[in-house]
Parts: sequence; structure tokens; C-alpha cells
Amino acid sequence: MNLLGEIREAIKGFYSLAVGMGVTGKYFFRPEVTVHYPRKTVDNVSTYSGHVELQPGKKNPDGADCIVCGTCVRNCPSGCLTLEVLELMEENPDLEKKPKKIKKLKALIYDYSYCSLCGQCIENCPVTALGFSQHVYWAEFDRKAIKMDLVARLKDQLNAKKEAM
Amino acid sequence: MTTETLCGDFYTHCFQAEQDKEHEGRLIINMGPQHPSTHGVLRVIVEMEGEYISRAEPVIGYLHRMHEKMGEIKTYHQYMPNMGRVDYLHALAWNWAYIGAVEKLCQIEVPRRAEFIRVITCEMNRICSHLVWWGAYLLDLGAFTPIMYSFDDREQAVDLLQMITGSRLTYCYYRFGGVRTDINDAFIAGTRDFCKLMKSRLPMYKDLVTDNYILRKRCEEIGVLPLEMARRYGATGPVLRGSGQKYDVRRAEPYSVYPELDFEIPAFPEGDAMARYRVRVAEMEQSVRIIEQSLNMLPQGDFMAPKSPKRIKPPKGDVYFAVEGARGKIGVYIISDGSSTPYRLKLRSPSYSNLSLFAELAKGTLLADAVSILGSLDLVIPEIDR
Ligand code: SF4
Ligand code: SF4
Repeated sequence: MNLLGEIREAIKGFYSLAVGMGVTGKYFFRPEVTVHYPRKTVDNVSTYSGHVELQPGKKNPDGADCIVCGTCVRNCPSGCLTLEVLELMEENPDLEKKPKKIKKLKALIYDYSYCSLCGQCIENCPVTALGFSQHVYWAEFDRKAIKMDLVARLKDQLNAKKEAM
Repeated sequence: MTTETLCGDFYTHCFQAEQDKEHEGRLIINMGPQHPSTHGVLRVIVEMEGEYISRAEPVIGYLHRMHEKMGEIKTYHQYMPNMGRVDYLHALAWNWAYIGAVEKLCQIEVPRRAEFIRVITCEMNRICSHLVWWGAYLLDLGAFTPIMYSFDDREQAVDLLQMITGSRLTYCYYRFGGVRTDINDAFIAGTRDFCKLMKSRLPMYKDLVTDNYILRKRCEEIGVLPLEMARRYGATGPVLRGSGQKYDVRRAEPYSVYPELDFEIPAFPEGDAMARYRVRVAEMEQSVRIIEQSLNMLPQGDFMAPKSPKRIKPPKGDVYFAVEGARGKIGVYIISDGSSTPYRLKLRSPSYSNLSLFAELAKGTLLADAVSILGSLDLVIPEIDR
């Protein structure tokens, strides 16, 4: 390559550099687009689907509406839900009749570390007792710490709500 | 087979065995599996002669998760979340390929509104994917600033997708017979704004990067892929279109409402890394066009077929369904034996074919150019390994 060609190349290079610097220079004076976590957080967390949780029931405001059908457990692809059922004999003053068994939800163990947030459990629940939470900023050192009982979690939430009122 | 042949990895079998006179003095380097320029756990064993590559062999399998085998033990509904994890950058295309295959097998009708929602979200996701590639590729080439701009734009799109799908990366949004949630006015308005934003940003990208002299030196006439070779390896997507073939599944095997939409298939005949770059940038433009048209044509109605089945038990038979992903043709082949789980599920991933031509393409190039070639193929490693 001759000298002239080299000079032309250098000029071209400098020119494209100047154009690029112009663009970055312009953006340098634009307002910041990032958020300094944890001092500030983004404002669209409400649309995010966090982990699965039991929703406060419509029929049963002190707990969940769950009817212990087990559909969510069967449908979960990752097997991260386990039901613990409390079987009670119905108190029946009528001694003639056989006492009926009623099932009550004791615990719904949910292992977040396996959950793929697919929503199969939520969509298939016949009474829409489950939903996605907005609990997004959650970090633990131990995997076991993100395995939880959803019933206890709901109870805590409801208690906290009551206290706040 | 003796135990000797069973020991060792790809390197021991194919490189160490050949340490004879001819290969003496050649340097062997491992690129990866934890090399930043391989975008994931891809290992490339490179044999160097001075600064030039005499042989480059990709070694895959570091990220194998048995997605295909999982398909055989999970029910049709339960397999859905897997699709978001095959290719995390264009998750919705994989969603669509699987859902579409099952819908074809069971002949499930999809409402028109759902089709348009799928088109809008899938194209949005394609833009996100190309933006990530754009930033990461330039990062490979040593330019740090562009990825900041591309992630800024991608953030807008991801926020919008989060609004309706609830997730930011591994979407599981399409359902048999529709989509999970309907789109709302906020999403439509936001998407229109995003299209406007992209239209103003693309010329900026051109000024900042495409016309940059230094970048062009790193891309032009680097890794020239002749069309014949691209065909031989079964390359699809921007890699094939960068070699001049106007092949796009959205046009070649039309699905959904794509035949009604007006868009072009960008193709550049040069076949070098720059051509592949140009194809992707032009595709972003076309995707914006598709989104705008779909928003205008969006009909009212159901977003989910009213008779969408809760349990899928398809008839006996097999089905193949392909969609155009950001990296090429994504195909899902299902053989059903009439039970609630597939008998066999085969995933055709474009990155796998696109990677296979790297060995031939990189031969005789400089090591720094090989990084550029690898980047220009836009590989997503989880998709290669499945
Ligand atoms: S969201 Fe999916 S993976 Fe998570 S618990 Fe529900 S069904 Fe299981
Ligand atoms: S599907 Fe709903 S009602 Fe049935 S066990 Fe699960 S949470 Fe309870």
C-alpha cells in the first residue's frame, strides 16, 4: 500500500472515530437509565411473576381456599409441591350417620429451587388458591432456605396485615 | 474396545494421538469451556501454526440437559417450561415450535387474536435476541460501549414482555390453543413507543458501529461462507441469508398469520461476517415493521381457544413443525403413541448446524478472526447441547 493510501485510511478511521465519539458524547449528557440497587429499585416489579404462593381465600379469609385436591402437585413438571393433609373426622351430632372424613390443608411444601415458574399449578387449580407473588428480591446462601411451607407463609402474611391495621 | 480408548476426552483421541512429525511444534490452545468469547460453555480446541489456525474443533456437551429425553417422560403440558430453556435468548420461538407441533398433531384451532399476540411477542423477542447478539459480538471484537446501548433498548422490550408474560428471560407464555394472558392497552401503547424508539436507535447504531472503519476491518472478508458450503452444513437463519440465500421459514413454510404481513427477507450475498451482521440489523428493522402491522391488524376476540383441552392425549402419529428463530430454523418433531406423553421428541436446533461449519470456516484464519467468526454465527450453547 502506498503512502497516499495509508493516509486516506487513517483519515477515514479518524472520521468514523469522530462520528462514534459524537454519538457517545451526546448520550453522555442524557439522564441516567440505570437504577442504583439496593438504594433504589425498579418500579415495575408488580408485573413480575415471583414464586408461587397461596392467595388469601375468598371463602376463607383466614387461610386459603384450597380444597386439597392435589391437582397442582400432579401437574407440576418439576415436582416441587408436596401436600400435607390433615384428616379429620367430621363432628357429627347425629350418631346414626357414619362420621364423614374431611380433609384439611396442613401444609403445602414448596421448593422454590426446583420451580420453573411455568404457572401450571396456578392455571389448573380449580379454586384459584394459588398465584404468583411479587416477592422478587430474594437471595439466600443455602438452598434449603428457599424451601418453605406456603400455608405458614400465608398465615404470617395475614397476621402482619392484621397488625398493620 | 479396550479401556485405553475409553479414557480421555476429545483432545486425547484426536489431537494427542496425532503428535507426530507433521504436527510437531504446533501449539494447541483451548478456547473455553469458560472463555468469555464463546458465550457459554463451548470448548474449541485450536491447533495453531504461528498466528494461524490449522485446525479448530468444537467440543460440545458441557451443557447437556437431556431435553429430548425429558420430553418422553413428561406430559405434553409439563414439557412446556423446558422450551424456554433451550434457547434462552429467543425463548418464545421455541415455545411456539413446540406448541405449534402439538396443536398441529391434535388439530387445535387458535383464535386469530392469539395468533397476532404470538407474532408480536415473538418478534419482540427476536429483537431482544438480536440486540444481545449485537452487543456481545461487538464486545468480542473489543468494543465495550455498544452493549450498553443495546441493553438499554432491550430493557424496554423485556419490560414490555414482562408485563404480559411475567418473566424476563425464560418465557413460558404460549399455551395449547392460545396464550396465557391477554395483552392490555398499556402493552400496546408501550410497544408502539418501543417501535418508535427502535426506529430512532437503528440509525444511531449505524453511525456508531456499522459505519465504523475499525469494525469493518474486523468483519469484512472475514470468514467468507460460500452458499454451497452453507447448504452442505444445513445452515439456516441469518448465517444462510448472509450467504445470499433468501430462505426464511416464515415465508418458505408459512405458519400463523405471517402470510398476511408485509415484510422483507434481508439477504446479503457476500457471505462474510459483515454480511451476517447486516442481515441481523436489517432483521430488527423488519421485526419492527411486523410488530407495527400486527398491532394495527390486531382483532378483538379470545386469546385462548374456548375448547382448549386440559389434558392432551393426541392420536397416534407423528408431526413436524418449524418456525423461524433468531438463529434459524427451529423444528420440533413429535411421535405420539396415543398416550399422554410423547413416544419420541426431537428438537432441531439451528445453532447446532451453524456451529458445525465453524471447523471448516476457521481453518487457515488468524486466531483473532476466528473469534469474530464464532461471534458472527450467533451461537447459543444451551441450544446446541439441548
Ligand atoms: S410454577 Fe410450575 S414448576 Fe413452579 S410449582 Fe407451579 S407447576 Fe411447579
Ligand atoms: S390445585 Fe388448588 S385446591 Fe387443589 S391442592 Fe393445589 S392449591 Fe389446593
